[in-house]
Amino acid sequence: MANNLGHMKGNNRYNHLSKNLWSGFLFGLGLAAFVDEMVFHQLLHWHHFYDKSSLAIGLLSDGFFHAFSWFATIGGLFIVADLKRRDAFWVSRWWGGVLLGAGIFQLYDGTIQHKLMRIHQIRYEVDILPYDLVWNITAIIMIVIGAILLRKTGKKAIRGVNLPNG
Amino acid sequence: MDNQMNLMLDSILLVIPFITGGIAYLIAVFISIRKGRKWPLWRTVLGLAGFLTVGIAVAGPIAEKAHMDFTFHMLSHLLLGMLGPLLIALSAPMTLILRALPVSAARRLTSLLRSTYAGFVTNPIVASILNIGGLWLLYATDLFSLMHESLLLYVIIHAHVFLAGYLFTISLIYIDPTPHRYSFVYRVSVFIVALAGHGILSKYIYGFPPDGVSTSEAQTGGMLMYYGGDLIDLLLIFVLCLHWYRATRPNTVPQQAFN
Repeated sequence: MANNLGHMKGNNRYNHLSKNLWSGFLFGLGLAAFVDEMVFHQLLHWHHFYDKSSLAIGLLSDGFFHAFSWFATIGGLFIVADLKRRDAFWVSRWWGGVLLGAGIFQLYDGTIQHKLMRIHQIRYEVDILPYDLVWNITAIIMIVIGAILLRKTGKKAIRGVNLPNG
Repeated sequence: MDNQMNLMLDSILLVIPFITGGIAYLIAVFISIRKGRKWPLWRTVLGLAGFLTVGIAVAGPIAEKAHMDFTFHMLSHLLLGMLGPLLIALSAPMTLILRALPVSAARRLTSLLRSTYAGFVTNPIVASILNIGGLWLLYATDLFSLMHESLLLYVIIHAHVFLAGYLFTISLIYIDPTPHRYSFVYRVSVFIVALAGHGILSKYIYGFPPDGVSTSEAQTGGMLMYYGGDLIDLLLIFVLCLHWYRATRPNTVPQQAFN
């Protein structure tokens, strides 16, 4: 019995639930920031590098998130590598974390940073409302799917741990 | 004419220590090999590339253009304060020097590394303040325009940019013997704040050009600082995470079957 289990993939995953979640969360946050930079700043040129109407607090918040996002992306992937070498990587729980992280970042960016702190808008010289709605609704959908995945895997873990030899 | 002489002089003053550093590195490799201890070729390549990088930042075409054009100034600073120091740090110069020196001298150097002073300047917070704080002082005050009028100030600031960049790098990634060590969480937290300070300053320069810099040059310069800085910081982050990954390696076969 013990030998069979030793060959199963993700055998230790129930022992590293929060590590799977946080690794995904960090990576998701970093990924959302990266997509924001690549697609909206560089490819589409919708976002502006710096907008004169930015509040000081907006520059500060943007600076911190930008710095943190690089760490989150790379660090999140290193934690995946760590989970894999511990045979503890759980892909569906990890995706739950990714969607939650990406969604929360995008919602924060779309509401607090774009609107309250006015760092820049999604696009200029257009009616901004549809853009804002799509942006923030996408964020909420990601958060909801992420939360569902995390809840499901969390329940599965409780059941799994309770079974003998799980 | 006078100005031309000054340009030559500051380049010469700044580049001599870097050429000396590169030569010293090679001599130390040679001595180490003669003592019977090999030194990895890739470290030698990194070291020489590092000294070359800081060298071309202070002397030659980029450095000359940096006096007139803010974008080139920023390029030279990325090379001098970030890329060069990172390459040199990765080449493990202190390890090499300790190998090459006679035992008594190596001991004296080690005790210097253990000193309170060395501990103070390689504290990540102190090194970040020296590095990022220095940059804020340079670009957000009159210092930038004053620098172009004084040879002394020019040399001091450029030496500072290099030294602070190097201290910052070795305060975050431990390649060489590091007696005063800090946890990964501590270093990562400080690094994020420092990185944010660098990014915010780039945008500040973009929005509020230093005296004597045109809006368009400040914009390209600021963006170069932002994205160029990111690129080099990604390397630093990668090395830091790799060290974390190695340090937390599980040392036994996990007893998963018994859970």
